[in-house]
Amino acid sequence: MLALGQGLGALHLDGIIETVPTTRSLSVYYEPMSISTAALQGHIVDILDNLRGTTVTGRSWDIPICYDSDFAPDLGEVAERCNLSPNQVIELHSSVTYHVYMLGFLPGLAYLGDLPEALALSRRTAPRPRIPAGSLGIGGRMTCIYPMDTPCGWHLIGRSPVALWDQRLENGAILTAGDKVTFKPVSLREYERARAESTVAAPHMQSTH
Amino acid sequence: MAPALRILKPGLLTTVQDLGRRGYQHLGVAVSGALDPVSLRAANALVGNAPGTGALEVAYVGPTFVVEADSVQLACVGAGASIEVLPDETAADGIKIAGMQTFRVRRGQVVRIGALHDSAVLYVAVEGGFAIEPVLGSVSTFARGGLGGWQGRALTSGDVLPLLLDRASDRGEFRLEGLNLSRPARYRAILGPQNAFFSERAIRGLFESEYTVKSESDRMAFLLDGQKLDHVAGFDIVSDGIAMGSIQVPGHGQPIVLMADRQTTGGYPKVATVISADLPALGRVRIGETIAFEAIGIEEAQDLRRKHLLEIDSIQGRVVPLTRSVEDITAHLFASNLISGAIDAHCAYAD
Repeated sequence: MLALGQGLGALHLDGIIETVPTTRSLSVYYEPMSISTAALQGHIVDILDNLRGTTVTGRSWDIPICYDSDFAPDLGEVAERCNLSPNQVIELHSSVTYHVYMLGFLPGLAYLGDLPEALALSRRTAPRPRIPAGSLGIGGRMTCIYPMDTPCGWHLIGRSPVALWDQRLENGAILTAGDKVTFKPVSLREYERARAESTVAAPHMQSTH
Repeated sequence: MAPALRILKPGLLTTVQDLGRRGYQHLGVAVSGALDPVSLRAANALVGNAPGTGALEVAYVGPTFVVEADSVQLACVGAGASIEVLPDETAADGIKIAGMQTFRVRRGQVVRIGALHDSAVLYVAVEGGFAIEPVLGSVSTFARGGLGGWQGRALTSGDVLPLLLDRASDRGEFRLEGLNLSRPARYRAILGPQNAFFSERAIRGLFESEYTVKSESDRMAFLLDGQKLDHVAGFDIVSDGIAMGSIQVPGHGQPIVLMADRQTTGGYPKVATVISADLPALGRVRIGETIAFEAIGIEEAQDLRRKHLLEIDSIQGRVVPLTRSVEDITAHLFASNLISGAIDAHCAYAD
């Protein structure tokens, strides 16, 4: 989907307004008065024919996460339902490299996968009406950090001290689809220090290449 | 003092909107923008602004604001509403102003817009526009994401919205001639993208019955109440993109039409999509109203879009100079304090 979106973008066709990649599809918003549906379909088929083996390279990020119980209201329940200890949940969650599949729902909200199968749970039966920005949630085989205060039906097991949305940046969002993310567990004190230094993401998140 | 409008009462939901924030949906940023872009464009055309200049979108109940500039030229286009100009903040009564035409307000005078009738939204455009920094290329308010517009939210009492112009220009007064803001009996839609998730009977039900717009509806989505659509293939799809006008159906079977502040992606199957040419009219629909849909093909939809774009192009030509009628002159005399009570308009003219 990402490669198709990039391929389409590279053609600089008149009439393409924007494209939105998700895990299963690429939505193409276009002006039919500028480019006909048939012509657009032709371009898409051409790109798909030449896609085989193409991989999209993204950036890599280390994001600090504080799994302290103050920030992890669902850690106990998640551990219990998964037959693990809270520490095992934290270890598992921070043991894998996640792929940014897509951004959606809120500005800068990245859907990261795949969450280890041992942690896969259905959503909470009662969504929370408001959770704080930076909250780390898990749901299904996905995990994400909420960039702003929002209602939420996922299980909260930690919090990130860095903002994933900053509208002073050119694009606002720190992460983009195709990036790789690992989580680095930090203590409550390190979390507070990171918060105090700045709410901007860039200084704390290292792009590893 | 920098020119501004100071909000005395915000109304029910008054936000700054333009034609939307395009090109950032892949970052999760909603498009937003005016629910009725035709009225927004017309309001801007009246005051001589570019079509996509940010204006106030007023929903259901209008705001009251005081002018803190030497003078401003304003125009209201959209729903019918009582629009008054009061001499100052302490005054109880003012002069009635007609919609669909420009009017001027001086420093210290107050504009009071009442309850909207016959449609949900009204646009208040100011000559020159607001001095608001765009976020990601747009001044549209996206309240759920806290960005754009005035501080990322709807207006509240005490807000001071900076204006670009210190005083109104001498460009004259204008009115709109023959702008069509009517609503179709049935909103036309093309099937898909996930119509295969529904039985033929369910799809027939969607196009043959009527739906009431529920009170929980807002700028994000119109929640409908009517014939239930049963899924034949489950109701959890992996998320994909959501266009404005998408009719998605969650597990409870009642359709939801996604509007300007819709989320960029979503995980419920979408049975059909309202065509772009009918979206401005759909944006005018009020809570409690009954709407119906009609299925058409993609070629017809594109043909209707072509006609719709021509209609948009015609807006500028519908702006014609205002020649004062007898009633206008009475209003003018009121404004100048030359008369102090209600008298017969013809007498005032004869004087």
